[in-house]
Amino acid sequence: MANLKDIRKRINSVKSTQQITKAMQMVAASKLKKAQDSVVQARPYAAKMSDVLASLAVRVKPGKHPLLERREEKKVELLVITSDRGLCGGFNTNVTKAADIFLKERGTEDESVLLSVVGRKARDYYRRRGWEFQTEELNPGSTSFSQAEAIARPVIDRYVEGEVDAVYVAYTDFQSAMTQTVQVKRLLPLEPKALAEDEFPVEYLYEPSEGALLADIIPRYISTQIFRMLLESIASEHGSRMTAMDSATNNATEMTAKLTLIYNRARQAAITTELMEIVSGAEALN
Amino acid sequence: MESDKIRLKIASPYREVLDVEVDEVIAPGEEGQFGVLPGHTPFLATVSVGQLIYRQGNQMKHVAVSHGYAEVEYHQVIVLLDAAELSDEIDVDRAERARQRAEGRLAEISPEEKDYFEEMAALDRAMNRILVAKI
Repeated sequence: MANLKDIRKRINSVKSTQQITKAMQMVAASKLKKAQDSVVQARPYAAKMSDVLASLAVRVKPGKHPLLERREEKKVELLVITSDRGLCGGFNTNVTKAADIFLKERGTEDESVLLSVVGRKARDYYRRRGWEFQTEELNPGSTSFSQAEAIARPVIDRYVEGEVDAVYVAYTDFQSAMTQTVQVKRLLPLEPKALAEDEFPVEYLYEPSEGALLADIIPRYISTQIFRMLLESIASEHGSRMTAMDSATNNATEMTAKLTLIYNRARQAAITTELMEIVSGAEALN
Repeated sequence: MESDKIRLKIASPYREVLDVEVDEVIAPGEEGQFGVLPGHTPFLATVSVGQLIYRQGNQMKHVAVSHGYAEVEYHQVIVLLDAAELSDEIDVDRAERARQRAEGRLAEISPEEKDYFEEMAALDRAMNRILVAKI
């Protein structure tokens, strides 16, 4: 039977861990609220941007802009978005798992994959496996449009230069505080919107010229997409941490209850033995 | 859809700024201001720093805008901008501070440096916000 002092120590340590997980859960909950708001606020812009671009892509001939060009996918780039910090359940492993599957499928002989990472977790994971990165960025739990642009710029450059023929992103899509799903989506080349049978594209007037507009709007669209994915990922991180910490706190409560039971049992046993000793000592005296 | 109104939607990456029914929109296009009335032909234009004006009945409202795009359809105008502020939301003090900061930096660097343009643009935006706020 474990020694009383050890059990007491154990109980105290579980309790203090519980305090930490509880605090982390509350912090995550308040950050989640903020992150969720910014996702919701950013969605209209991203959605409208997609609409504008999709309707543009239908009207414009593929040769008009390098980012609309389709090539056979010989070299692809994968951008993996994770968080910087751990203690958020399976959040990061889910992303890297999905990314690993992608790398395995696409990294065949006649197809090679380049890797870019956002977030310390993905960076460490793939660095340990000997990968080299095209771009690496941290993900400190908040983001800005300019960070998204900074990530987008080299990605676009590599596509335009022909270093890669397609760009995919592995990130976590935020659905609610409880559910987040890992997605691997194609960022480039762009997908023109499919037209319904009775629809046909209306010609647009452009100002300034069509070419200048496209050159401006398409990179911005890519930045918008990346920005949205970063926001989704951050909200998911906080959501995932909140649930993980909630169950950790519950586990700690359970554990303290169990340990207290053991402790009391041990204490009782010790008292009983002591009493027995006293009684038998007294008997020996008589 | 037959109506004599335009649905005006303004959004920036951080939030949806406006979604209203209006009678007329005047926007600062890169190649000059353009006005949109209901039934305008589909049109896509870049928008530069300036003020966007929309009319509801005989009321004119102003929005300070920065670089972005406007997609015009027959009864809808979607404006996607880096930043947009309604005239009554603008924090004049903040804009004033931004103006002073930009002016201070501009005085220090030479026009050949690449930051010069960024600072110029920052100054432009600050001035524009102050202007719109004072209308």
